[in-house]
Amino acid sequence: MVPLWMFLVVSAALFSTGLYGVLARRNAIAILMSIELMLNAALINIVAFWRYQAPENVGGQVFAAFVFVVAAAETAVGLALIILIYRRHQSVIAEDVNVLKW
Amino acid sequence: MDINWFSADYLPWLILFFPLLSFLIIVLFTTHNKTLSGLVALGGIGLSWVLSMIEFVKVVWASDAELGHEVFGSSFKWLDVGLTTVRMGVLVDPLTAYMLLMVPLACVLIFVYSMGYLRGDPYYSRFFAYLSLFAGAMLTLVLADNLLLLFIGWEVMGFCSYSLIGFWFQKKSAYEAGVKAFMTTRVADVLMLVGIGYLFAVAGTLNFREILYNEEALHHLLEVSTPIIGGSAAALIGVLLVIGTIGKSAQFPLHVWLPDAMEGPTPVSAMIHAAAMVSAGVYMVIRMFPLLSAGADFHHGDFSTPMVLMALVGGTTALGASILAVGQNDIKRILAYSTISQLGFMVAALGIGAWVAAAFHLINHAFFKALLFMASGVVIHAMEHGEHHAHELGAHEHLPDPPDGLQADYVAPANDVRRMGGLLDRIPVTAITMAIGGLSLAGFPLLTAGFWSKDEIIADAWHGTTEGFPLALFVLVMLVLAAFLTAFYTARMWFLAFWGAPRTESARYAGIGSFRNRWVHSRWAAARRLEDEAVSPQDSTSFRLMELPLIVLAFFAIFAGFIGVHEDFPLFGLLNNPLHHFIAPTLLEEPRTLALDGLPVLVSILIALGGLTLGWWLYGQRALAAEDDDPTEQALGPGLWTALQNRFYFDAFYRRYMVQPVERFAVVMVQAVDKETIDGILDIFAEIATVTGEFFKRFNSVVIDGVGDGIPRAIARGAREFREIQSGRIQQYLLYVVIALLVISTLLLYQAR
Repeated sequence: MVPLWMFLVVSAALFSTGLYGVLARRNAIAILMSIELMLNAALINIVAFWRYQAPENVGGQVFAAFVFVVAAAETAVGLALIILIYRRHQSVIAEDVNVLKW
Repeated sequence: MDINWFSADYLPWLILFFPLLSFLIIVLFTTHNKTLSGLVALGGIGLSWVLSMIEFVKVVWASDAELGHEVFGSSFKWLDVGLTTVRMGVLVDPLTAYMLLMVPLACVLIFVYSMGYLRGDPYYSRFFAYLSLFAGAMLTLVLADNLLLLFIGWEVMGFCSYSLIGFWFQKKSAYEAGVKAFMTTRVADVLMLVGIGYLFAVAGTLNFREILYNEEALHHLLEVSTPIIGGSAAALIGVLLVIGTIGKSAQFPLHVWLPDAMEGPTPVSAMIHAAAMVSAGVYMVIRMFPLLSAGADFHHGDFSTPMVLMALVGGTTALGASILAVGQNDIKRILAYSTISQLGFMVAALGIGAWVAAAFHLINHAFFKALLFMASGVVIHAMEHGEHHAHELGAHEHLPDPPDGLQADYVAPANDVRRMGGLLDRIPVTAITMAIGGLSLAGFPLLTAGFWSKDEIIADAWHGTTEGFPLALFVLVMLVLAAFLTAFYTARMWFLAFWGAPRTESARYAGIGSFRNRWVHSRWAAARRLEDEAVSPQDSTSFRLMELPLIVLAFFAIFAGFIGVHEDFPLFGLLNNPLHHFIAPTLLEEPRTLALDGLPVLVSILIALGGLTLGWWLYGQRALAAEDDDPTEQALGPGLWTALQNRFYFDAFYRRYMVQPVERFAVVMVQAVDKETIDGILDIFAEIATVTGEFFKRFNSVVIDGVGDGIPRAIARGAREFREIQSGRIQQYLLYVVIALLVISTLLLYQAR
């Protein structure tokens, strides 16, 4: 059986990739996608920990399901916001949208 | 309290109130409206006059039944001074009522005259304000029931005379004259105040009724002994009070201020010489006579110290001033010396106990001297008018520039009698009224007021002489000589001004041109072939305002004397001497009536006529021509004449030995005390303060400002840096979050170990 640390390494790599994407990409859609990567890294962690630490309970699966739903909802809302921003500013580049600054 | 303001007890308050009120109204509200100011002033004094007449009538009605030593009056508690209370109040006894007959009336006439005289003056309103205050103060003094209130009026008048003599303050001579008048009278006032203070200390009251109407109080004053002057408190106080009068009434040796007071506008001269100021001085000694004569039995040749002082000073002044008047060329200065001389008559009369005569002469003199001054004002106006006219016609006269300050022998061109002549044709109304005033002053027999009162004084002195009192003899000789000179200089003045042909272009074109005058003038001009002259309507009004009072006063200058004619006098005595019977009850012991003696009457007729004749002989018989020398000057010789014109060098003497030493002393004191000592100390203080201040300034700018400003500045700088953080870039924010998370988790990790 694959040991737990391997899952955690994959998860950490995925999270770091996502984090890098969020911090470094300028395109808002790419940022959104990177967030999905980070969520997925979290999901891997959740499921891995559930499987290795407390397989007798269904808590981990329930958490994972909740995260799916929340991520889907979040993506829908985020995408809607991005589209609205695009309509207004003709751009999805994050730096260009600084209306919250003031 | 129920006060009926129109009862004789309270009415006097109103009399003195209205002029003071108009002073306030003019000063506070109507300064910018000249006409209104004039009317307010006239209204105030007019009301006073009406009320005075009412009061006078009430006193006359009451005089037999109620008035003896009882008087009208009311008072209120003014201040508590420990053991006793000072009350302020008014008092109307026959003497006061008698003064009320003259003062407000003369004031009204002076006010009317001033409205003409000062027409167009830039400080017209202020003039009337001062004049109202002057009148109010005089009435306060006359109506006062105690010496303190009298002194208050006395001092306010001193201030008014100062500001009115110096009214034309642009002229150096005028303000110097104001200062001179103020300072000279102040010297006397200080001594008088000492007397008042001493009187209060000894008698415990200043109320006239409690001192003058009270034999016990007078007796007490006589018994208190003092180391100086006559030994009794009464004598010392009396002498100090008489000194007050010497200053106020310009008696020798403090007479120097009065001739200079001529620098003020002519209505002021009339006011000072007739209705107020100098009359106040004489009024005060008349009022205080019971105290001044306390212990004396002057009917039997026993005179008290103050009386001797008064007789000596008065006699000297009467003669000295009349000698000086002879040598003056300034028409107003002649009159000024005449006033000094006449006041000397009154003071000398009091010195020998001729109380009624002094009071009689005071009022008569006020009327005819006011008349003479106002007439001289018209003459001066006419001369100035003539000068303008002469200029317009191209007749240039070279007039000397006026000197910078006061000079004893300087005479302004318009005032100079030598430059007049022939004014009788030009200003007949003034000439005639002035002749009446002059005759009254000279004591022209039987028909003029001045004769009766002067005769009364001489008769009293004569009577004393026949009883063998040396003091009365001294007074008699001095006054007879003075009366002779009075008649002479009056004639000289009148003939020089009005008689003969004009001696200058100014006099040739002199004129005032009221409607009345023009009518008279045209008659005279037609008869005497004088050229007619152009007159503006404004001039016309102003001169009518000036001539009206002259005519009224001329009436009094003749008829005011008949109230005091001796009962036994043929024909004129039929009036039964109402004056004597009226004011006699003012004194504790009624002054007795002297038997009529023909000789002094004859003497006084002879000296008056003699003086006038001499004047006529020298100046009237053949009028002076422009190139002639003054006959008096020729007769006296240049040395004496110059001495006369320089007023016997009294002014120079005072300037040299009193004023200049004080000035030098002041300069030294300024240098030594002020500049060096006081300024030195102050400089040290200033240095200390500067150093301390500098230290505090540093401390403030470095420490307090450093801390106070540093904190907000640091906050501002921090804020500016924090602002940079908020860039609006989400990724940057996230980066911070990640860094923060890393840091926190690292810390937690270490802690966990």
